[in-house]
Amino acid sequence: MDVLVNGAPVYAHTGGRPVDPAGPVTVLLHGAGMDHTVWVHQSRYLAHRGQGVLAVDLPGHGRSGGTALDSIDALADWTAAFLDAVGIGTAVLAGHSMGALTALHAAARHPARVTGLMLLGVAERMPVHPDLLAAARADDPQAAALIAGWGFGPAGHVGGHPAPGLALIPDALRLMGRAGPGVLGVDLAACDAFRAGAASAAAVSCPALVIVGEKDRMSPARAGKALAALIPGASVTAIAGAGHMMMLETPVAVSKAMAAFRH
Amino acid sequence: MADAKFLKFDTLSLHAGQVPDPHTGARAVPIYQSSSFVFEDADHAASLFNLEQPGHIYSRISNPTVAVLEERLARLEGGVGAVCTASGQAALTLAILTLMGAGGHIVASASIYGGSRNLLTYTLPRLGITTTFVPPRDIDGFRAAIRPETRLVFGEVLGNPGLEVLNLPAVAAIAHEAGVPFLVDSTFCTPYLCRPLEHGADLVMHSVTKWLGGHGIAIGGVVIDGGTFDWEASGKFPTLTEPYAGYHGIDFAEEYGPAAFIMRARAEGLRDFGACMAPTTAFHLLQGVETLPLRMKGHIHNARRVVGFLESDLYDDKGAVAWVTYPELADHPDHRLASTLLPHGAGAVVSFGIKGGRAAGKRFIESLSLFSHLANVGDAKSLVIHPASTTHAQLDAEALAASGVGEDMIRLSIGLEDADDLIDDLRQALRAATKG
Repeated sequence: MDVLVNGAPVYAHTGGRPVDPAGPVTVLLHGAGMDHTVWVHQSRYLAHRGQGVLAVDLPGHGRSGGTALDSIDALADWTAAFLDAVGIGTAVLAGHSMGALTALHAAARHPARVTGLMLLGVAERMPVHPDLLAAARADDPQAAALIAGWGFGPAGHVGGHPAPGLALIPDALRLMGRAGPGVLGVDLAACDAFRAGAASAAAVSCPALVIVGEKDRMSPARAGKALAALIPGASVTAIAGAGHMMMLETPVAVSKAMAAFRH
Repeated sequence: MADAKFLKFDTLSLHAGQVPDPHTGARAVPIYQSSSFVFEDADHAASLFNLEQPGHIYSRISNPTVAVLEERLARLEGGVGAVCTASGQAALTLAILTLMGAGGHIVASASIYGGSRNLLTYTLPRLGITTTFVPPRDIDGFRAAIRPETRLVFGEVLGNPGLEVLNLPAVAAIAHEAGVPFLVDSTFCTPYLCRPLEHGADLVMHSVTKWLGGHGIAIGGVVIDGGTFDWEASGKFPTLTEPYAGYHGIDFAEEYGPAAFIMRARAEGLRDFGACMAPTTAFHLLQGVETLPLRMKGHIHNARRVVGFLESDLYDDKGAVAWVTYPELADHPDHRLASTLLPHGAGAVVSFGIKGGRAAGKRFIESLSLFSHLANVGDAKSLVIHPASTTHAQLDAEALAASGVGEDMIRLSIGLEDADDLIDDLRQALRAATKG
């Protein structure tokens, strides 16, 4: 699906099924330097289970135009503008990493638009290692290498992926390598600067699920659980063996956890 | 600066793609000798067919044992994914037919395996796909051969059997200027000696039968997707950038991003052409891949020793050797390029000419005892062949010349025996050849 948001073209993948704006809709928000393909396993799974799926490419990412937004505030407000653009009143927001901060903050700033939250690979604060931030700002390929190195658990590093023949770490490196100049640096700086995690968590008024990877080294499971404790009524699902890139590493477990979310 | 931590090559050779079997604890890769796989329930069955979740359905399309080899080879080459096939020829055919149909055109190095040359010269034209061959050292010739309908540039890192070294970065640049991918057959190198994706290639293929498997016991191939080529920016590959009615209307670039090519190759090519790898074959080949680094060190050590011996015979007035080709030799035309692209060794194939031409060559081959006379390379055992009368026999004189194959050429594939024994065998066979 292609729409205009704030005058810029935006692409959203629908998981192989058309989206009924009047039906339940889940918006999938990717992380720093990525695009909708990180949800390749979840988008079809949810779309075939009664959810309208909109796996967006955030501004400046993937197939969307515009420039990358430089704060979680701006990303949260953009998400509401995206819902306006596609004519959807309310939706479940599911986000990963930077996308999870975006979803959390959007639920706090636009509570009337968000009927449920699914937060993957998230923490109240997500400071970025100075070396990584510097490399990303310099468009140094080492930044993507650091993210791939830290972002995957054993399923990424050793392998044994359920999708036959795919190699996750090279795939992640290529995906981040496709990001435009400066995009990863802008994204990581937005994560690093975000301070409103606790306040936004406390302001959430919809059902929420935090999905943590037990092998996540970028946003450790204990940090995800701590954030969940700040969100009224939030539940937690822990995925065994999953690192930060859990949607790709343990796709079936993550898809099932997301499909089981009741809101 | 913090370092990104990844498993190293030797570790990946042993572990990539596999964890101990969760049901039995088996440490070795089990042979899943099963045509098909039971669905958990009706919902699971539907979800596999709807591409909602990954998994195995039928072994023509994917198999757990084969998948370990695929993921391992993808990791060793640094690619985003791999598809294993029934043979190296099946891998080449799969790659080509994933990219183009009738009307497509290929620019290929003239110095390639004879079987590949047959496919491109005689068979694919029947499907409307034609090829222009270019001498591997004629870089400008690659550019000149590009046409509007060109969809692929293809070559081998080390020409077979002439051992020309293809200038991968230069040819890649020409392919990319034309908006087409560069496919490299790296069979003679394995990822231990050269990783073409790091030198500009977009796709890599192997006959896994050769050094990757390494024991001459099973036939197999692989095509690996580097995930680097921008199919949408090129605009020349509708198989990857337009909805495919034969598979859920998927636009592969949109759905899978960097893995578009390899997903289409499996979803269409394996499904419809059916040239899949058997699980037991994958198991056999995996045993070889586990020791790839160790074996390649041995192959290179022995190849260098044999080259040294052949050179000594070359400079002996009474010697039988007319010439020796090996890219590490200072007089090899690609010596400097080899030192850049192949710093760990220039492979284990050595070609040389024997004085006395075809007749002397026949006596030489029949006098060898340790070297086996057969049509293969990359076995743990040393092998020998006369290309002009065997692997390249289908080529006419002009094509033979273009492939660098002379009547006097002997091709050796240097194995892992004691190098002294190999040299003794060569010495006595050269003597026998000259006695005529």
